[in-house]
Amino acid sequence: MTASVEDLLRGLAPQVLAALTRQTGDFAAAEDAVQEALVEAARHWPADVPDDPAAWLVRVAGRKLLDAVRSDAARRRREQAVASREVPAEPTQQTDDTLLLLLLCCHPSLTATSAVALTLRAVGGLRTGEIAAAFLVPEATMAQRISRAKRTVAASGARFAPPADGERTRRLALVLRVLYLIFNEGYGGAGRVDLVAEAIRLTRGLSALLPDDPEVAGLLALMLLHDARRAARTDARGRLVPLLEQDRGRWDRAEIAEGVAVLQGALRQERRGEYQIQAAIAALHDDAAGAEETDWAQILAWYDELLTVTDTPLVRLNRAVALAEVDGPLVAMDSIEQLDPSVPRLAAVRGHLAELAGDHAAAARFYVEAARRSASSAERDHLLRRAAVAAESSGERLQRGDQTVVQRGVLHLVGEDARQDLQPP
Amino acid sequence: MPKFLLLKHYGGDPDVRCTPMSEWTPSEVAAHIDFQRDIGRMLTESGEFVDAQGLSSDGVWVRYGGPGEPPVVTDGPFPETKELIAGWFLVDVESAERAYEIAAYASSAPGNGGEPIYERIEVRQVMGAPATVE
Repeated sequence: MTASVEDLLRGLAPQVLAALTRQTGDFAAAEDAVQEALVEAARHWPADVPDDPAAWLVRVAGRKLLDAVRSDAARRRREQAVASREVPAEPTQQTDDTLLLLLLCCHPSLTATSAVALTLRAVGGLRTGEIAAAFLVPEATMAQRISRAKRTVAASGARFAPPADGERTRRLALVLRVLYLIFNEGYGGAGRVDLVAEAIRLTRGLSALLPDDPEVAGLLALMLLHDARRAARTDARGRLVPLLEQDRGRWDRAEIAEGVAVLQGALRQERRGEYQIQAAIAALHDDAAGAEETDWAQILAWYDELLTVTDTPLVRLNRAVALAEVDGPLVAMDSIEQLDPSVPRLAAVRGHLAELAGDHAAAARFYVEAARRSASSAERDHLLRRAAVAAESSGERLQRGDQTVVQRGVLHLVGEDARQDLQPP
Repeated sequence: MPKFLLLKHYGGDPDVRCTPMSEWTPSEVAAHIDFQRDIGRMLTESGEFVDAQGLSSDGVWVRYGGPGEPPVVTDGPFPETKELIAGWFLVDVESAERAYEIAAYASSAPGNGGEPIYERIEVRQVMGAPATVE
């Protein structure tokens, strides 16, 4: 299949799903039918693409649904109703349906993991195998995860209908959370579905459905403004490059411009929320020609506002970095003094602040601790390199235990050019 | 979404509540193995299964022999070690707490007399890719 036909299919899938769900009242069965039709398309189309892919999808999914309904003795009564109605010739034009699907797939009864999987299949139109590969789990596991998710949603009594008025904001917030999680999953590897691109595509779609919702626009802007830095995040050797060290010439200026435009539209509505604020911070970074031109005072002001919306340890931690640039590292250290030691990246930020304060020995110790706690090997390697640099700057040797951590991280304490223990002769 | 490796070790846990497996009856051994299989099935059903393997109790340590030299293969510097890995479950779960729940269940596998063995299962988080948002 060409990329454009694949895109067309994925775009149609939720519309067909919505139409079939409305018709039968059975989201789970309709979703299975659409998925089977997509699998069949993947199998047969590369050789022979239909003239009208949309009509094909509707027809095949509809037929599979009828087959499933007919073979299920318990659904005989519904069979009467379905057989007497025609499957619509075209997917319904009710774009609201995609929103309803999203709300259903991000239902509060679901764990984040389940909601992510179900959303990617039912709304994203991805095949089970593609989603499984993206998350590095077996296909059978992902299939089960999604089946269970649909059963959970059904058991909760959720219906394919708009939520009650008072519930809408909360339910939509869950959708945004799920889209954000998909985005954060990362770029994956070669041959695997790009979840970042999927998240942006789905959020774009949602933003088009809800043009007056500034937080949806804020989330889209946030994604674009971060994705714009993609090419600069890793160096030629695949190592992680932190924001302040990135080659800004490699940032995607067009994507930044789009993100800024979307954000400005959102901010004009004067209904600020966490995603708009995070996007504003990202925009300020993206606006600076170089790290030294970053408008830290303005970034700090945005973090102060973010705290009023969502006061979490992570926000306080990120704010501390900005605070250090404005009021110095000691003030910043005070601001995170009370944070729980288990907060992710706390040690990494403390290391950064210690370095700013000129205490390289402490910085090295913090970076080693941060490396120990890191959940990503790329991040851990980066922290170990910083530990090595800090140790060298301090003129002190690391404690024996810390040395072992560094050596196990396959690095020697020789500045930036790390030699690997496993290098062949 | 985080992945955890749940490692089962051959012996080495002084608090384990069973005799060595070599002293069990065939049906007790079968029950223990069936339990492991059931865990695999449970994890597949729950959409959390990634991998499960058993390791042979035979093994060696291999070291680089030097330039132009063959690998150096030995039984290891710790011939008395009882901490050999026996096998693992690799799971993809919602949280660390869920991984601990699964490990605790694995630890209750039946031993001699059909009683839970209370074995220590090592739980290690698998490193993933960095988050997109920096």
